[in-house]
Amino acid sequence: MTTRIVELRRGILKKNDELAAELRARYVTAGVLVLNLVSSPGTGKTAFLERTMRELKAGGARVAALVGDLETDNDARRLASSGAPVRQINTHGICHLDAEMIGKHLEDWPEVALNQLDYLFIENVGNLVCPSSYDLGERIRVALLSVTEGEDKPLKYPTLFNSADAAVITKIDIAEPCDFDRETALKNINEIRPGIRIFETSAKTGAGMEEWLAYLATARATQG
Amino acid sequence: MHELSIVTSIVETVTESLADYPGARVKEVRLRVGALASVIPESLEFCYGIATEGTPLEGSKLVVDVLPVVVHCEPCGLDVELEGVQSFRCPRCGTPSHDLRQGRELEIDSFEIDEVEEKK
Repeated sequence: MTTRIVELRRGILKKNDELAAELRARYVTAGVLVLNLVSSPGTGKTAFLERTMRELKAGGARVAALVGDLETDNDARRLASSGAPVRQINTHGICHLDAEMIGKHLEDWPEVALNQLDYLFIENVGNLVCPSSYDLGERIRVALLSVTEGEDKPLKYPTLFNSADAAVITKIDIAEPCDFDRETALKNINEIRPGIRIFETSAKTGAGMEEWLAYLATARATQG
Repeated sequence: MHELSIVTSIVETVTESLADYPGARVKEVRLRVGALASVIPESLEFCYGIATEGTPLEGSKLVVDVLPVVVHCEPCGLDVELEGVQSFRCPRCGTPSHDLRQGRELEIDSFEIDEVEEKK
């Protein structure tokens, strides 16, 4: 009997990373800007996305969304009210979306061709931990935080905020009754992810949407 | 809480590699996990016991080496290690940095086996 050490040096999520790289190449070739929206449950991802999609559509953009949830298609039905194609991905207990799920749902989506789209939004499962490990091939990862959640959320979930490309603060219309400390929230986000673009928004009043939509348009124009 | 799927993937990968070492028994699997990998070493160890049952890895030990976050500091011209994950600033000069050089790793480094010696 001899003891041997076998060196592997292999990424555990290598399969996901490879699939995500393939997806990323497909998105760029098709000219579609893909965003992955991540937050806790209840931050208001769906309301924010509903408003974003409605306004983009009104401006003539072609948009679609994939929506991840453990169960139910409630979010997909809400988003479909914008008139854009929306597909629900039920993960049945899995805490995140992965590249394989995205690829599979894109294959099997007759009414959507990637090269006919300007924007594809992926609303991840409400969870600030697990989605941060899974690349979906997106160009922009958006971390959302509502004014009801506490300013220290970025410090509690540094992995997600550090890996984000943009941060969106939601529900700013109720910031005051929630005693939301804006300065501290902005400082904490910047401490974890220096230099990140931060949007302060309300899906209800439309505050901050103009800036957000301009950011999306610029990102799309400069892709690839 | 995706530690179980991570551990399942570890078991699959190591089992595949074992094809080159027939009859070998796995003693230890060593991981490299960055401080920003968003997995909890204790949860990995807990799930490992369950996921390895009935596999060639059963009874082996999981060793998790946690790697600190390293960022590149432009003014200092150096890669610097951060003390934690609460502030992404150079500990020498205080400049914020998002130029991450280490900290997101989630990989199998190596595994240790007892090999059956071939009879001559």
